[in-house]
Amino acid sequence: MADEVKRGAEGGGEDPGRRRGLFAWLRSTQIWTSVFRHGPPDTPRNRTLAVMSNVFLHLHPPKIRRSGIRMKYTWCMGGLSFFLFLVETVTGVLLMFYYRPTAEFAYADIVSLREDVPLGIMRELHRWGAHAMVITVWLHMMRVFLTGSYKPPREFNWNVGVMLLVLTLLLSFTGYLLPWDQLAMWAVTVGTNMARATPFVGHEGPGAGLLKLGDINLVHSGSDVRFALLGGRAVGPAALLKFYVWHCVAFPLAAATLMAVHFWRVRKDGGISGPL
Amino acid sequence: MNPVTALAWQPPKFYTDAVNTVLGSAWAVVLLSIAGLVLMLRFYRIWTRPKIAGAIGGAAVLLLAISYFDPAFRAIAGRPDNIPIVMMVLSVAFFVWLAFRQAALNDERLEQGLPPREAEAKEAEKTFVWPDLVYIELIALILFSVFLVVWSIALKAPLEQPANPAKTPNPSKAPWYFLGLQEMLVYFDPWIAGVLMPTMIITGLMMIPYIDRNPRGSGYYTFRERKFAVSLYMFGFLIAWVVLIFLGTFLRGPNWNFFGPYEPWDIHKLEPLTNINLSEIIYLRIFGRGMPAHWFPREIFGILLVLGYLFVLPVLLARFVPLFRSLYERLGNARYGLLMLHLLVLGSLVIKMLARWTLNLKYVVAIPEYFFNI
Repeated sequence: MADEVKRGAEGGGEDPGRRRGLFAWLRSTQIWTSVFRHGPPDTPRNRTLAVMSNVFLHLHPPKIRRSGIRMKYTWCMGGLSFFLFLVETVTGVLLMFYYRPTAEFAYADIVSLREDVPLGIMRELHRWGAHAMVITVWLHMMRVFLTGSYKPPREFNWNVGVMLLVLTLLLSFTGYLLPWDQLAMWAVTVGTNMARATPFVGHEGPGAGLLKLGDINLVHSGSDVRFALLGGRAVGPAALLKFYVWHCVAFPLAAATLMAVHFWRVRKDGGISGPL
Repeated sequence: MNPVTALAWQPPKFYTDAVNTVLGSAWAVVLLSIAGLVLMLRFYRIWTRPKIAGAIGGAAVLLLAISYFDPAFRAIAGRPDNIPIVMMVLSVAFFVWLAFRQAALNDERLEQGLPPREAEAKEAEKTFVWPDLVYIELIALILFSVFLVVWSIALKAPLEQPANPAKTPNPSKAPWYFLGLQEMLVYFDPWIAGVLMPTMIITGLMMIPYIDRNPRGSGYYTFRERKFAVSLYMFGFLIAWVVLIFLGTFLRGPNWNFFGPYEPWDIHKLEPLTNINLSEIIYLRIFGRGMPAHWFPREIFGILLVLGYLFVLPVLLARFVPLFRSLYERLGNARYGLLMLHLLVLGSLVIKMLARWTLNLKYVVAIPEYFFNI
């Protein structure tokens, strides 16, 4: 140990920013050097390597405009939206351990989450995180608009962002049904009732009556787009299962894919926007 | 005793009555909001000054705090699922200030011939992501985690009675972020409020970068250099989205009746339904005769009005109104046409609201035979 300290001190003579002692020893172990292939990030070279040799951090460029990291410029809202997506993923997976998406068990499982899981705040984290994510996504969008950051060359990435906004709302909306209480059922009933009125493909939509085969209506309450969404004429067990799969599998995968595109394009389009 | 009912102090009655009277109808709320937006955009250099904005913000927070002492307000705004909306309104207000403050400072610089603050040499210089950015990210992550955990401990997620298809709650409300669309249902049929409007919000957002050809204002806050774009976006986001959500959540009670902020939700409140269609105004009141049996002669005036509004008005505006003429000259046919289509559909919301409030107009075109009502 003393030797290590001494070695660290000697090393410090050559490189004044270098840490000494236990940490220096840790950095010299084979395990550490096998994970981190660069020295402490206190030289320009190592700071660059710290970002470039890390699969997560290399979303970032090694260097960035100073205006681009100002909180008052970015409001951190894009980053917080991503962070909340991760929170939702982790808490969502934990909730899946306790929850069965059937009309028989869903409500009881939510009650037992509240009553039986000690110190349980997973559902709270998941629900409030989801509400917060909706807000941070809106604010991120407002910031991007007000800084004109959708202007060339970033037109396409704005559109990826719009798709992510829609997915955020769809994720939140499909999750809203899962507690299977009155709030959930009727909020989703009100929301999906709109699909009845879709032109041509909703049975109360303009033009649906025109789609006939002889005297037989092709679009009716048992064949229209709302029926397809809910798997029935009303919000019932089939809708619960469908919404569960949309919520836990389909939309998160789509969102994750588009986020990868979104972040990659931020880099490719020149990083966080700044005056041209 | 329930600690909530134990709050003895209540805001004075003259105050709650006054607010309920001033904000006593949807039209008052919407028109006051639009007036507020116009003032906000007109005087953005004045109210964004930290002292003035701080005073306005402080007054708003104080007013909100006082409001929570009112039982009727607390019954609605204190619901766990409505707390995020309060946070949303407050954070939107804060960030609107932050953006317009920076825009005001930049615009002053631009007037003096200086570059915006974001373009200064100090700001344009490159800095290392490690540690300058990753530490900011780490701190933001920790602070926001703490915020989320505290929120989750303080406020239980709501859970009502088990789902029961036989028992419809009154009012039945969509999730809060869709309540702006649900509020539009007052003025439009579901195929417009629930299908067309959301679709056009998405298409409208997506075409922004292709319609807005103004090269200025890229990468810095400014209002001066993009007044039309910023005003339009702020109208769409603040009025047609945020204010309508606020209205739909806090001011719409049983039977989707309007209630003032401090008015208890009385399920027996009756509002006369005297809405009439344009065709009825034309045939019964103006022509003084019966309605035609067939829908086509009955609705032809409404159809012509809608077609004229959407497709002739843009042409007239481009010819005779300087603002739109310069837009048309800069954008060309396709861009101008798409912009105007979206702009006029957004405007139709305001027009339909005004027509409802002044003429009790229900539908401009009413063809229930084909579920086609506008």
